[in-house]
Amino acid sequence: MNKLLGWINDRFPLTKLWNEHLAEYYAPKNFNFWYFFGSLALVVLINQIVTGIWLTMSYKPDAGQAFASVEYIMRDTSWGWLIRYMHAVGASAFFIVIYLHMFRGLMYGSYKKPRELLWMSGMFIYLCLMAEAFLGYLLPWGQMSFWGAQVITSLFGAIPYIGDTLLLWIRGDYVISDVTLNRFFSFHVIAVPIALLGLVMLHVIALHEVGSNNPDGVEIKKNKDKNGIPLDGIPFHPYYSVKDIVGVVVFLIFFALVIFFAPEMGGYFLEANNFIPANPTVTPEHIAPVWYFTPFYAILRAIPDKVLGVVAMGAAVMILFLLPWLDRNPVKSIRYRGMLYKWILGIFIFSFLALGWLGMQPPTPTLNLFSRIFTVIYFVFFLLMPIYSKMDKTRPVPERVTYK
Amino acid sequence: MKKIFSLCLILLPAVAFGNAGVHLEHVDIDLKDKPSLQRGAKLFVNYCLSCHSASYARFNGIGKDLGIPDDVMKKNMLFVSDKVGSYMRVAMDKEDAKKWLGVAPPDLSVIARSRGSDWIYTFLNSFYLDPNKATGVNNTVFKDTAMPHILWELQGWQRPVYSESQHGDETTKEISGLKLVSPGKMSEEDYQVATRDLTNFLTYLGEPAKLVRKKVGLWVILFLLVLLVPAYLLKKEYWKDVK
Repeated sequence: MNKLLGWINDRFPLTKLWNEHLAEYYAPKNFNFWYFFGSLALVVLINQIVTGIWLTMSYKPDAGQAFASVEYIMRDTSWGWLIRYMHAVGASAFFIVIYLHMFRGLMYGSYKKPRELLWMSGMFIYLCLMAEAFLGYLLPWGQMSFWGAQVITSLFGAIPYIGDTLLLWIRGDYVISDVTLNRFFSFHVIAVPIALLGLVMLHVIALHEVGSNNPDGVEIKKNKDKNGIPLDGIPFHPYYSVKDIVGVVVFLIFFALVIFFAPEMGGYFLEANNFIPANPTVTPEHIAPVWYFTPFYAILRAIPDKVLGVVAMGAAVMILFLLPWLDRNPVKSIRYRGMLYKWILGIFIFSFLALGWLGMQPPTPTLNLFSRIFTVIYFVFFLLMPIYSKMDKTRPVPERVTYK
Repeated sequence: MKKIFSLCLILLPAVAFGNAGVHLEHVDIDLKDKPSLQRGAKLFVNYCLSCHSASYARFNGIGKDLGIPDDVMKKNMLFVSDKVGSYMRVAMDKEDAKKWLGVAPPDLSVIARSRGSDWIYTFLNSFYLDPNKATGVNNTVFKDTAMPHILWELQGWQRPVYSESQHGDETTKEISGLKLVSPGKMSEEDYQVATRDLTNFLTYLGEPAKLVRKKVGLWVILFLLVLLVPAYLLKKEYWKDVK
């Protein structure tokens, strides 16, 4: 066995890779609940890829056959229903996990120096994920697939001068059609997943270069023993591998509860209208995207002008990239930041959730008013951050992490 | 504030999907009730399948799920096809259907998933005589439906009961209930049971996996709960020396 390993190591850095990324990658020992979601995102990613491969075996990216082929998967293939639900519920699970992962970053300041690139690579993953989910949602070719894609692609038409040409170029047709379905399928199963996997690799490499942050926001590399091992660090493997297994099993229990007992999740994960085959001649009365896009959709609708609405929606996502430079407070963790930031972060999270709810509702003047208020709060959180993050009174950060 | 409120009221009908304000009768769906599903399947094949397809479902798939042997299926349920493995398609041409009825009758394979069981059940019980309609009937759940009252020989005919309400100087007349005026082959209770059977069947048809889904899920979750024990103990064992 050792001889074989030696033979491999002479030709490929197997032991080196294993040590650098697992057995001798030192992570802070004080990770809490919020640190499960990184490994869980990886689990969901693998779930999406594996179930996606099997779905592709029976799915037909053809406007005349797509809807029927999904039902064929649901009825005539062995365990097809399970694979389809794992994929559909997995899409929502992915966003739940990623949103919690991002919230963790906000709470503990994981985007701050030296982790700016780590945060940005994560943001690129989030963008890819949104593209992937949007493209995939067209594939079942139901009413919501069709009209959702129709509405969202039409946003590109709002861009001055090049809008119409761009729109035609994206759709490949004057409306969403078989041509669009084919290219969305191609992007959904090949282009975006490749980008996603590449970015995940970059994200992990960046993480292992700078090391993980932790709930105290203390740099563990500042306190090393004589062998150069961080005093508050423990090897990722076996400590966090065995801990993450517990997280994965608990996650799978919740995941299975939804898959087997409420795969539609009351219409939030699988919408009732999407069980009506796409019909270009009948517009549904109420078109709303799936829940994970609704905060941004609410921002889009909150602004009366279409072009400005699109700009605001885009800005709402892109502004997150700037977070490492907007936050001027040297203290990372919320544990040692002042009441001001705690309140502001709480209000921001509330606004984001409220926008998510508002984005699902049919528009009314009252709700639009609320959407506008929460949109303003959303942007104020970021735009005033350089000011209030400096004003905030912080508590002294300890030298070492707190554990037990 | 009052202005906003009244604006909301005006916008409400435009906003709600199709059946705003219509009270839906709740129906108890029981997919474990095989005889009910079988009766529903029979009603479906006899009354619905001549115009509506269920083209994502196969006859023998249903037979297998509901315990109907192939030969019984062949004798009693196959009218438009002679192969038990075929999809439940209709003989009626889509273009003809459009000419005759105004719209092609929708495929019913997943109708229970888009409309919901309560809607289907209430719809089947809410046809009433309306001389203004070409089909002679209208429906309280689906106003101006193109569908004739196919089950009339079972239910008979219903007439609407109106109630008047006063809003200021305006009197509005609306349907407050339906009354059976000429009975069909079935009693009112039997018709309700029959439509429940049919709704039950359509609910099954929308998602055949529903028959096994929860049963499989129980085992999966049981397995995961058992797996959680060694996973947790393993973690605890390793973490003993982290101080």
